[in-house]
Amino acid sequence: MSTEKQKSAAVELLSFRVGEQEYSVDIMSVREIRGWTRATTLPHSPAYVRGVINLRGTVLPVIDLATRLGLPRGQVTDRNVIIVVDIAGRTVGLLVEAVSDILTVPQDDLAPPPSLAADEAQTFIKALTIVDGRMIRVLDLSSVMPTAATIAA
Amino acid sequence: MADPMEEIRASFFIECEELLEAMQDGLQMLEDGAADGETINVVFRAVHSIKGGAGAFGLDALVAFAHTFETALDGVRSGRIDVDGDRLKLFFRCGDLLADHVRATRDGETLETAAHEQVVEALEALGGDLEEEEIGDFQPMAMSLDLPGLGSDGDLPDLGSLGGLPDLDFGMDFGEGGATASGAWLIRFAPKDELYSTGNEPLYLLRALADLGEVEVTADTDRVPDLDALDPAAACISWTILLTADTDEATIREVFDFVDGLCELSIKTAADDAQSNADALGEADLPLLDLPVAEVEPEHDAPAAPTPEPEPVAVPESVAVPVAVALAPPSTATRPALTAAPSAASDRKPTAPHATVRVDLERIDRLVNLVGELVINQAMLSQSVREAGVPQTSPASSRLDEFLQLTRDIQECVMMIRAQPVKSLFQRMGRIVREAAAAVGKDVRLHTDGEATEIDKTVVELLAEPLMHMIRNAVDHGLEKTEARIAAGKSPEGLVTLSAGHRSGRVVIEIGDDGAGINRARVLKKAIEKKLIPADAQLTESEIDNLLFMPGFSTAAEVTSISGRGVGMDVVRTAIVSLGGRISITSREGAGTTFSISLPLTLAVLDGMVVRVEEETLVIPLAAIVETLTLNSTDVRTLGPETQVVRVRDAFLPLLDLGTELGYRTPRGDYSGAIVLLITQEDNSRTALVVDAIEDQRQVVIKGLHDSYGHVPGVAAATILGDGQIALILDPIDLIANASGRSRISTRAELALAG
Amino acid sequence: MTRTVLAVDDSRTMRDMLRLALTEVGIKAHFAEDGVHGLEVLEGLEPDAIITDINMPRMDGFGFISAVRKRPEYRGVPILVLTTESAPELKQRAREAGATGWIVKPFDPAKLVRAIDMVAG
Repeated sequence: MSTEKQKSAAVELLSFRVGEQEYSVDIMSVREIRGWTRATTLPHSPAYVRGVINLRGTVLPVIDLATRLGLPRGQVTDRNVIIVVDIAGRTVGLLVEAVSDILTVPQDDLAPPPSLAADEAQTFIKALTIVDGRMIRVLDLSSVMPTAATIAA
Repeated sequence: MADPMEEIRASFFIECEELLEAMQDGLQMLEDGAADGETINVVFRAVHSIKGGAGAFGLDALVAFAHTFETALDGVRSGRIDVDGDRLKLFFRCGDLLADHVRATRDGETLETAAHEQVVEALEALGGDLEEEEIGDFQPMAMSLDLPGLGSDGDLPDLGSLGGLPDLDFGMDFGEGGATASGAWLIRFAPKDELYSTGNEPLYLLRALADLGEVEVTADTDRVPDLDALDPAAACISWTILLTADTDEATIREVFDFVDGLCELSIKTAADDAQSNADALGEADLPLLDLPVAEVEPEHDAPAAPTPEPEPVAVPESVAVPVAVALAPPSTATRPALTAAPSAASDRKPTAPHATVRVDLERIDRLVNLVGELVINQAMLSQSVREAGVPQTSPASSRLDEFLQLTRDIQECVMMIRAQPVKSLFQRMGRIVREAAAAVGKDVRLHTDGEATEIDKTVVELLAEPLMHMIRNAVDHGLEKTEARIAAGKSPEGLVTLSAGHRSGRVVIEIGDDGAGINRARVLKKAIEKKLIPADAQLTESEIDNLLFMPGFSTAAEVTSISGRGVGMDVVRTAIVSLGGRISITSREGAGTTFSISLPLTLAVLDGMVVRVEEETLVIPLAAIVETLTLNSTDVRTLGPETQVVRVRDAFLPLLDLGTELGYRTPRGDYSGAIVLLITQEDNSRTALVVDAIEDQRQVVIKGLHDSYGHVPGVAAATILGDGQIALILDPIDLIANASGRSRISTRAELALAG
Repeated sequence: MTRTVLAVDDSRTMRDMLRLALTEVGIKAHFAEDGVHGLEVLEGLEPDAIITDINMPRMDGFGFISAVRKRPEYRGVPILVLTTESAPELKQRAREAGATGWIVKPFDPAKLVRAIDMVAG
């Protein structure tokens, strides 16, 4: 593969709103988007684990992304959606406020986040890009799911 | 795709297990005197097949051991060796070791060889006068499937290159193989009648020669009679082949390997032949060089006329005789219009072996899951229909009932796919009994019953350890020493029984012995000594028996080598409980002890009690619940600043608020009127668990939580209820083990909250 | 033209191996688990060759070969004996029953195919 080609390669991002901010994930890791249904609470789980829901017969853990990112969490209503994503072979639901767009962004336009910021959300951002003047954060999915250690704790 | 040889190898080891089972069965029948003439053949064939497969994979050590065993069995089969009790014991031992061998080979482990050498010696002593040749000079040779085209790149096989392999070593030793390579060979080949009656075809032999080099073939049709005198099965034609090839005599002779003895064959170098021709000058031999010759076309592609057509033949009279008529009728072209042997067809019974299909367990699990969905979906549908106010008597409702029945039937069928008979498990116990008996010097017989009883495959696997332990216990502790048995007027041979059967939707497995029974006085004394119970405890017989299940309890006065391994019945019980099972014990003094294990048919569904706590619906395994009750104000007593106990009859049980333990709410403090479930634990201790309401008692489909999320303390799994919501299935034992026990807010805490 | 072979062996492992070796070279293989089963499977088949084991339940290889040879339509079908036993007297017995050739187990797939070529073209 030539460098020319890599330069011209583009990624498709699904962007969504969470905690008044705009985030996105690579559309290749998105399985489906579904409406909010009440989750069954998991005892002794971290605050950002919303619980589990029934996704056509499988038990789907749902992460409250706003809480996970340390952002203010609004009231969960029927308008909220769950983005079902694959994270390292596991299927996880991300509770967000709303899905906004599908964006095609050239790979070159994705910039690594500046390492200045020290807020919690920082560690979850893989890259930044500007689309139509809006800053879109690309979520690092692998850091969203709790590790086995945090679950056991 | 996975390596096909690896797959076959894996399947070979599965087959080995089946063969080992058949072998065990056969030996058992021989021991029980239930054998017939075929029994020893079955045993022989089982060992023989293990050897055969092992040979194919180059598993030399396994081949060698199987071979020794097989030789001895062949001796029995052919009547050279008589089977008596001792020899049968040896065969059982061999079978056990063969099983070890198979499993060690499968798992890539090395094996203790001391026991093997001993047994091999004993076997060889047994069959010492056997001629090794009777079995055959078996030489292990690994089958390497280096088929062209079977490369990792997944290309289509190159069909052509296979047929062209010049090396034709059939493992036979040809004495005359010493001839050196030479240019021209003269081969005379005259088939006898038998060559045709064994299905051999000269054409293919000629083709095989053609593969070696260039051939000139001459058919001698002198002996072909007139058509009316022709016997189609008789051999009338012979051939002379001039082969120009860089080869040796052994290679040429190999071509004729299959027809050795079925033809007259002479192979000479053309030079030798010229010499002998010159010597025999004047004889009536055909002058070779003048003969018109027919080239054999290696790419001959007309199977309907499967012979070279020696058109230009020197003998004018026989020109019209096609060679084909001299051959046995080819199967395709001249099949007689016999209507498929009606006599054979009419009395044919459906005798085909029991057909089985091997299916990946993962696929079955997926099916089990899907059917689980169906059950849940059905429940949801029923709920919706009820909520819609459809009358019970309406056709829709009755159709729905039929649907319900159908779903349950399907579920049952699917569960049965995962089921497997306990037979293999029981067979393994046979070995445990033999080894344990030998270790303690007791004479013990194992009687098994209900081997065909089926239970979930996983349960079968997980049951092996606890059963093994109990069997060892039965032999070691349950049965008396031989002298004691004789003194008690019993048969010197102790009996251990292992039985399985279905009882009210569960599988019950019983392990019994005809020993002395539990010495309750000693058990009690020991429990008091170990401070497991108060010295003045008044226990019923059954309560004393159940002390055996207490952690750390061991009844044997002397710790023996086989069961004194620090594993107590408490561990057995834990294992059984983790399978959703229960274990109980009955014992009669002087008559023996029986442990009874009751297990669910499957691990995929669970009988549960559906309860509500705050907004959450939870399922608690029914097996863990001994009793439910509603508390009144006098039942609850304060224990510590944050804890309370419940008085149930004469006992005080810890009170746990499920809502608090799961973090759904703070303690209520006042529990009068609360609904509690009495949960029993492994050590028979009980705990009172407060729930808000009991909603239902039903079977639920178990959904693992671990794979999708991880371990949640106090939670075993999840399930999906009729409304589509997920409900957690509690693990009460884990919950209680990690419980805080808080059921009150202490005054200090209250003050802190207020402040 | 696709060649058809009937293989009779009571060992599943052997059948699997035969299947692999035969299908790799484009031979259509049918399988049976013993002699009696073999005769049933043979019904309606027109195999180019038959491969059979000797040691089998219900009907052994010798019995199977004899039974096949008794059927006029299968009198000329080549039959290869697949056996761990290479002792001369066993070959002789197989041949008397009507076997065409033999392959010693464990077999080399290339040689198996070669042997089939040899008897069935």
